[in-house]
Amino acid sequence: MLKALASNYELVVAILVFVIGFCMLLFDRNLLKKVIGLDIMDSGVFLLLADRGYITGRTVPIIVDGVTSMEHYVNPIPAGLVLTGIVVSVSVSAVMLSLTVRIYQTYRTLDMDKLYI
Amino acid sequence: MSFVQNFPFFSIILSLVCAVVSFAANARWARRLSIFLLSASVVLQGSLLVYCTVHHVRYSYMMGHYPAPWGNELTAGILESFLAMLFAGVMLLSVLGGMRRILQDVPADKQKLYWVMVDLAHVALVALCYTNDIFTGYVFIEVLTIASCALLSVRRGGRALIASARYMIFALMGSGLFLIGVIFTYSVTGHLLFPQLHTAIADLWASGGHRFSVTMSLGLITAGLAIKSGLFPFHLWMPDTYGQATPASSGILSGVVSKGYIVFLIKVIYQVIGIDVFAASGIQTVLLLFGIGGMIAGSVSAIFARRLTTMIAFSSAAPDRLHLHGPGQGNGGRPGGGAVPGRVPCP
Repeated sequence: MLKALASNYELVVAILVFVIGFCMLLFDRNLLKKVIGLDIMDSGVFLLLADRGYITGRTVPIIVDGVTSMEHYVNPIPAGLVLTGIVVSVSVSAVMLSLTVRIYQTYRTLDMDKLYI
Repeated sequence: MSFVQNFPFFSIILSLVCAVVSFAANARWARRLSIFLLSASVVLQGSLLVYCTVHHVRYSYMMGHYPAPWGNELTAGILESFLAMLFAGVMLLSVLGGMRRILQDVPADKQKLYWVMVDLAHVALVALCYTNDIFTGYVFIEVLTIASCALLSVRRGGRALIASARYMIFALMGSGLFLIGVIFTYSVTGHLLFPQLHTAIADLWASGGHRFSVTMSLGLITAGLAIKSGLFPFHLWMPDTYGQATPASSGILSGVVSKGYIVFLIKVIYQVIGIDVFAASGIQTVLLLFGIGGMIAGSVSAIFARRLTTMIAFSSAAPDRLHLHGPGQGNGGRPGGGAVPGRVPCP
């Protein structure tokens, strides 16, 4: 078990980062910290995706010196997914932050417990 | 290929163009454009539905220059075109019926943006009906989340802002679980398109390898979509949220958006996971229990609700769980049964 965890330490770190972000999003009372939690959660996902796409000993998928063998390059799809995911994540964070600003301007607090009362 | 078979692509592009043009136009033209878009969408999806029904056609539409399994695809058939037509129709009726309140509730300087968000919600729903790629599904789920939050928060006064924040938090939790589930699934199968994913998952399951990884991935995807559609016990945040929006937005959110997630979940269950793997993995039983729990809890909450809008919202949340109860029963090969929407709840 420990050996499996040690050999997949990137996976373990990515899941830990995801869980930390998820718990912040779910349990933290401060709305701004929830947005930070969301970004941490997304970072965990992107770390996992980047890790899954990397293959030791291979290079970036850009053809140089006429080498067209697939064995020479890493899989480009996870990198593309990370980029798409980052665009989505930034958009969602921007919406959440604008909502946070409007809530603070209206209610002068970011504590979700006080807002629900 | 028949010209009609391009209609799903036309609907998506037309919605995106309308959203961009509406952003540049004034509020009156943005409103006219949105109504035109929704009407045109009903006609386009209706034409495709007639075409698919008459010719018994179900086809894949290649997006871009790369064929499967490298490129992106749409899939259209009777079910997809019917659901897209239904969603566009309900959106059209919601905005027409709630027009007077939209003009009252939404500040004048924000009305143009309201119609932009209606266009974006429409494109996301149509794309969720037709997409054949799970990551494209994730992108449009997020587009739908952002558009829904904007439709909710745009209302002047009331507790719409707090309701929007609550909506976003739960929606983003669901998105996070769905995304990490998709990534796990991709890492064990190497595919994102539905047919290839379905084959790879079935092969993996039959070989007995990676069963824990497959179960966890599929469980995360199911949990993410279930949270977004307000599965028990997460249904409690929905009625409060929908009650704070302007009536047209409430109609769109409760009548279309939450159903859109359920439709996508059903697509994933039948077209990606496969009902046999779904049943064998145990996710089906969990979904069945939560579906039953949601129906009971929603109905009991509706009985004890003091406000009419809350009562209607809870009573519409209960049939929503029936949609999850359908796949939970696992009526093999038939995505109908309990999964077919019973009625469109009133705002």
